[in-house]
Amino acid sequence: MIELKNVSKWYGSFQVLTDCSVSITKGEVMVICGPSGSGKSTLIKTINALEPFQAGEIIVDGINLHDPKTDLPKLRARIGMVFQQFELFPHLSVTENLTLAQMKVLGRSLDEAKTHGLKYLDRVGLITQKDKFPGQLSGGQQQRVAIARALSMDPIVMLFDEPTSALDPEMVGEVLDVMVSLANDGTTMCCVTHEMGFARKVSDRVIFMDQGKIIENCSKDEFFGDPSVRSHRVQDFLSKILAH
Amino acid sequence: MLSLDLSFYNWELVTNYLLKGFIFSVQLTIIATVGGIAFGTILALMKLSGKALIQYPATFYINTMRSIPLVMVILWFFLIIPMLIGRPIGADLSAIITFIAFQAAFFAEIVRAGIQSVPLGQTYAAEALGMTYGQNMRLIILPQAFRNMIPVFMTQVIILFQDTSLVYAIGAYDLLKGFEIAGKNYGRPIETYALAAITYFVICFSLSRLARRIQAKVAIIR
Repeated sequence: MIELKNVSKWYGSFQVLTDCSVSITKGEVMVICGPSGSGKSTLIKTINALEPFQAGEIIVDGINLHDPKTDLPKLRARIGMVFQQFELFPHLSVTENLTLAQMKVLGRSLDEAKTHGLKYLDRVGLITQKDKFPGQLSGGQQQRVAIARALSMDPIVMLFDEPTSALDPEMVGEVLDVMVSLANDGTTMCCVTHEMGFARKVSDRVIFMDQGKIIENCSKDEFFGDPSVRSHRVQDFLSKILAH
Repeated sequence: MLSLDLSFYNWELVTNYLLKGFIFSVQLTIIATVGGIAFGTILALMKLSGKALIQYPATFYINTMRSIPLVMVILWFFLIIPMLIGRPIGADLSAIITFIAFQAAFFAEIVRAGIQSVPLGQTYAAEALGMTYGQNMRLIILPQAFRNMIPVFMTQVIILFQDTSLVYAIGAYDLLKGFEIAGKNYGRPIETYALAAITYFVICFSLSRLARRIQAKVAIIR
């Protein structure tokens, strides 16, 4: 469903992504991990064209991102994204956050959008907060609303960019629970995360990136299995992370 | 010791001389604020567009207007506009056009700063939901930018109100002119100018208090 072929990206003369190739099939849960600065967030942002890239190809559901005829806003509406800093719209209530894009981008009526959005709000366990404003919610609650907001658009794939990295430890669990339940429902997901416990539980494939390159691309069992088969860099990384 | 005789400060003074000028000053302030914000927002969006052909004219206009004294611009416009449109123009209308054009440059910088004060992540989130540039600006960025910039906006309005007194240069009848003529007619220039200062102070101080209350009401809790 999503294919990246030899994607490279430069900021000026600095190369941030080098020859990245990966594919995600429908229903697959992919986890991208790696040290800071390895380009994980940049890579995931190229998938829905939030970040441009200079070389290579990205094809989402048969649509080539570099095709000049591609309607990018329309394509982005079909890809859901959850950000590290939640990025709820602070001047709008929770319900308005959920309904705004549904009405303005998908053309749904207010009632349709409300019913649909509140259904997902209930799904993430926050239906009682529907009239609150983002500033009145905790980080974990905001992130769950952000997930509901993305789901309301009925995307074909959900992208998560370090969704729990900005959360206090006690709130990480509530967000991961939502993500696990989405994975178990067969949602196609691609997550950039440091949460290896989550990766081990629900992922199908694990990608390891370092310095803009994809070093490992293997199934979950292979990744967490026999360490001696993995590259040095990965063994190093895993030993540091899993030691917590 | 100054001997001040304020006995003439009565309702008759106000209605004969001051009311007309006060109304003009207030009208000029409101029109220049609304027009200035409208054009200023367009200029700010042009400057932030990233396309050189659109950016340069906007930047040139903003820099020019902000580098020349307002009183000079007022005089220029008064002399140049009639030449451009081929017929004479009243001081009042000339003042209105001048002020809108001048304030647009200042509001452009305020709006630009306001837009840039909204975190980039908000634009990413809007784009990720499929919104276009226009929808993002209209629904997400500008509402937040304007709320952030209310204190600066109000300061600009207060300065604008004080600047309306510069229309003396082209003979328009504003609040200060009202005081001036009253002072001449009653033969008490010192008292009238003192009263003028107090009047301007009361109005501007009230506006700044109002600004604080508005800001508290619409502040966004992040």
